[in-house]
Parts: sequence; C-alpha cells; structure tokens
Amino acid sequence: MAVTSSSRDARIGQRGDQVFSLIVRACAWVVIALLVGLVALLVLDSLESIGRFGFSFLTGSEWNPVETEVNPVEFGAAPFIFGTVVTSIIGLLLATPLALGSALFVSEYAPRWLGTPVAFIVELLVAIPSVAYGLWGLFVLVPFMRDRVDPFLQKYIGPVPIVGQLFSGPSVGQHLLTAGIILAIMILPTILSISREIIAQVPRLQKEGMLALGATKWETLRFAILPYARGGIVGAAMLGLARAIGETMAVTMVIGNSSSKISASLFTPGYTIASAIANQFTEADTSIYFSAVVELGLVLLLVASTFNVLSRLLVKRITRLPGGAHA
Amino acid sequence: MDAESDKMAQAVQVNSAPAARKAMFSAEQGRYLRRKALSAFVAGLVTSLTIISVMILVIIVAYIFVNGIGSINLDFFTQIPKPYGEVGGGIAQAITGTIMMLIVAGIIAIPVGIGTAIYLAEFGHGWFAEVVRFTLDLLAELPSIVIGVFVWALLVRYVTGYSGIAGSVALAVIMTPIIARSVEEILHLVPDTLREAALALGTPHWRVVLSVVIPTVLPGILTGVVLSLARAAGETAPLLLTALGNAFFNFDLTQPMAAIPLQIYSYAISPYDDWHHKAWAATLILVIVVAVFSAAVRFFTGRLRYES
Repeated sequence: MAVTSSSRDARIGQRGDQVFSLIVRACAWVVIALLVGLVALLVLDSLESIGRFGFSFLTGSEWNPVETEVNPVEFGAAPFIFGTVVTSIIGLLLATPLALGSALFVSEYAPRWLGTPVAFIVELLVAIPSVAYGLWGLFVLVPFMRDRVDPFLQKYIGPVPIVGQLFSGPSVGQHLLTAGIILAIMILPTILSISREIIAQVPRLQKEGMLALGATKWETLRFAILPYARGGIVGAAMLGLARAIGETMAVTMVIGNSSSKISASLFTPGYTIASAIANQFTEADTSIYFSAVVELGLVLLLVASTFNVLSRLLVKRITRLPGGAHA
Repeated sequence: MDAESDKMAQAVQVNSAPAARKAMFSAEQGRYLRRKALSAFVAGLVTSLTIISVMILVIIVAYIFVNGIGSINLDFFTQIPKPYGEVGGGIAQAITGTIMMLIVAGIIAIPVGIGTAIYLAEFGHGWFAEVVRFTLDLLAELPSIVIGVFVWALLVRYVTGYSGIAGSVALAVIMTPIIARSVEEILHLVPDTLREAALALGTPHWRVVLSVVIPTVLPGILTGVVLSLARAAGETAPLLLTALGNAFFNFDLTQPMAAIPLQIYSYAISPYDDWHHKAWAATLILVIVVAVFSAAVRFFTGRLRYES
C-alpha cells in the first residue's frame, strides 16, 4: 500500500516535472520567437524599399514621398542617419564627462552618507518617461536655446573659422544641438549607474596598494582605477549611445522635424531616424512609402542593437549589467 | 624602506653641504606640492561635475513640479478633455486607458516573463539558455518605436486596427524582457541548500519551484513586475503607432484608446495654453507614479540583497 502510493507519487512527480519543464521552456521559446518574428517582419516589410533603392537608401539625401512632375518618388535616408549620428555624438560628448565625473565622485570621493543618496536620486531619473524630457525640452530648453545659448554661440564662436560653421544660420531653437543636449541629459543616468558599478569592481587591494606607495588620490584614480575600469566605462558610454540612437519622443519634440538637406550648422532643424519614423509612419499612404519607413526601423534596430551588444561584451568582462541576469 | 636607501639617506645627510641638502629637499617638496595640487584640482573638478549633473536633473523635476501642480484638481482626474478653446476638463479617459492597457499587458507579459525566468534560473545551463539571455538583452534595449512598428505590422494592419489591445501587446513586448531578467536575478538569490533540502524530502522539482523557491522571493518578484509596469506606463512612441489615443472614455479594447503619455504628447504639440498646462500636470502625475514605483523597487530589492 505504502509502496504503491509512493511510487504513484513519484510518477506524478515525474510527469509534473515534465509538464512544468515544458511550460517554462515554451515561455523561453516565446521570447525567442518574438525577436525572430520582429526582425523577420521588419525585413519582409522593407523588402520593397530595399529592392527598389538598394544601398542608395542609406546614401541618398532625397526624401520625396509624393510623386510630382519634377520629382519622382525617392527615399534616401542620409539626412536622418546624419541627424541620428550628430545628435547621439553631441549627447555622448556632453554626458560622458558629467556621468564619469559623478560616478567617480559618488564612489571614490563622497562619504557614504552623501554618495549613496546622490547616486540614488540621479539613477531614479532613468525612470522618468521620455515624453517628460520632451515636454521640458519643448517649453524650457528650446526657448532658452533660442534666446540665450544660440545667440551667445553665434556671437563668440561664429566668427572662428571652420568651428564657426557649426553655429551659422538663423536659429529657432528647435535643431540638432537642442536634440543632442536633451539626449545628453537622458543618457547621463544610464552611463553614471553602469560606470559606478564598474568602478566598484576595482579590487580594493589595488587602490590601497597605490595609496600605500604614497600616491595621491588622483594618481590612484589615474593608475589603479581607470586602467582597470576603462573597458567597462567605454561599455557604459556605448549603452548610453545605443539608448540615444533609439530615443524617439524627446528628440521628436525638440529637433524641429524637417527633412532638410545635410548642413554643417547644428542650428538646422532635422530628423533622426527614430523621429522620422514617429512623424511619418501614420502618413505613409503608399506601399513604397510605408516600406521605406519600415526600413528606417530596421536600420535603427540594427544600429542600436550593435552598440548594445558591443557594450554588453565590454561591460560583462568586468561585471554584470545592473538588471541583467547572467548566472 | 630597505637598508640601502637608508644608508644613502645617511650619506646625504653626512656628506652634502646644508645648502645642497636644502635645495634637494625643496625640489622634492615642490614636486609633492604639485602632485597634491593636481589631486585637489581633480577632486574639485569631479565635485563640480557632480553638482552640475544633480542640478540639471533637479531643475527638470522642479520645472515639472512647479508647472504641473497648478492645473491639478479634481476635474483633472474625473473629466475628459474639453473641446478646443474651452478651458477646463481633465484627462480621466487617459488614466483609465493607461490602467486598462497596463492590466492587459501584465496579463500577457507576467506569465511569459516569469516562466522564462524560471526556465533560466532552474533549467538554464546549456547554450540554449545563453541564447535566451542574449535575446532578452536585445529585446530589453530595442528602441521602443521599433516595437511600435512591429506591433503595427503584426496586428494593427490587418487584425485589430488602432486599438487598446494592440497598445497592450506593444507594452507587453516591452515588459516581458524586463520581468524575465529581474526575476531571474531574484531567483538566483534563493540558496541552493533550500532547493536541495526540499528535493531531499522527495518533493518533485516543480513543487520545489512553486512552493519553496517562488514564495521565498515573492516580494522580489513583485518588485520586478512593478518595475516593468513603471517603465511601460511612460512609453509613448509604441502607443503612437498602436493605441493611437482617444479624446473620449473608451473601455472597448478593440477601439483606439487614450493613454497618459499620448495625452501629454498631443497636448504639448498643440497650440493652446490651457492644454500646455494640462500637459505639465499630466507629466507631473506620470513622473510621481513612476518615481514612487521605482523608488519602492530599489528600496525593496536593496533590502532583499542585503538580507540574503
């Protein structure tokens, strides 16, 4: 009696294990199917555009969705790609020093009672939705740029040869530079929090060894901490870059949304790939127009994922990404 | 200090003239002062960079608070938007829309996310588990507008049209990897001795997971879910292509549905002052909800890590 009952229990246990394992495996397959399906669908829908424009989609700078007598329909995304590259680089250049400085301050300089809350507050800002940054950008940063920053830059840097080109032309406040600044603010907490984790991984003995040799605080940073953390910090910046490339709403609200030609001036209103999709997706009334917009999505996906993967490789060498689960 | 340098120091003290000794000493001291000065400069630089970072973020939050607080009243939560030009009204339809879509997205994403996490934590050792983790990493960092394009092409185009259900699916795609990754991390916190003790009593593996592992870290799992909800609540771009927005109450998931972020966007780009005020107020509500959720999550997960 007891024997049969327990062997029955064992059988139920085995079958239960099989069913359970099947269910959780199915969940994992759903996740994989999701990504594969997503990429496949995007590729499928952009085939028409890929077939018709080929590589010139990436290099051409004519974006004519409407057929007219003089202009045939043509889709070249170069201005959008240019917008994405320029705004992301501005964002990265502005955010990295701030984030790295803050990360060093929080983990190496500040006493614990100060560092922990500062890091907590700054990192909480990762959670602020991008539309909130967009609203602030639209109503505060744009007028501020138009009335204060842009005239200032034009007056003092404008006359400088070559560099002055960056700040030429009239400004309405909504342009590539504003978008870059908004991106810098948005990716700052991301870079800060990962750099902080990286710096925390530097072996204590290395720091103490440097200090014991009589090194100053800066020399300890320069020769013990930064060499160890360099790869990870580059990885943190790259994740910031990946996020800047994919950011949509905040950029859309401050960049001016105009498919103008590529120009040297940062005061040109423009599009990024992401903001072009957001603005034009619902307007895409012809099949080739739609296909071209989806191809923009595909390009965005590939570029952002590439930087994401690179970043993870660099960071994983030193630590696990916060929130990332690697056993 | 080894003996040789000690001897040399003595030799210097004995043999060299006091003047030379003094010069050497001051050169040494000068270099030391320069090193100290550089170090102090860097400390000042790093401190000011931190102050700038914190200031920027404080300024943004302060703007949202100051501009938003004035337009928040009871009507804001209970009324739907007034037509063009009429002052008053609220964003009640966006609040209900966001809540409905989050619930439906949760119903889809929570089982899949937790299931995936259990697979990874309890069964995931081989290459397939690595593929799943890599996929989750990619999904979690996908530009959200791309998810909007995907759901449009998958559902909106032929199946559902612009609708609440399409919006929910888009949010679910965003939530799933967040849940899976955070829950897997939480499940790894359960000590293996606990699993082994349960298995040693003859408990089948599935019972170990459901009755021992999960209850042990239930608060952690909940915080992972809340984190994903907080993230999804603020998403705008994918909803633009799926839920579309609505100026009226709508509880029908097959119809276009309003959401707070969509409402903020459409009010912000409108030309009306009253709508701009409402956009600030809605942003304030959204930021408070999201910040409270995230702060709670960090607080609880921090404590969980500490205890384990």
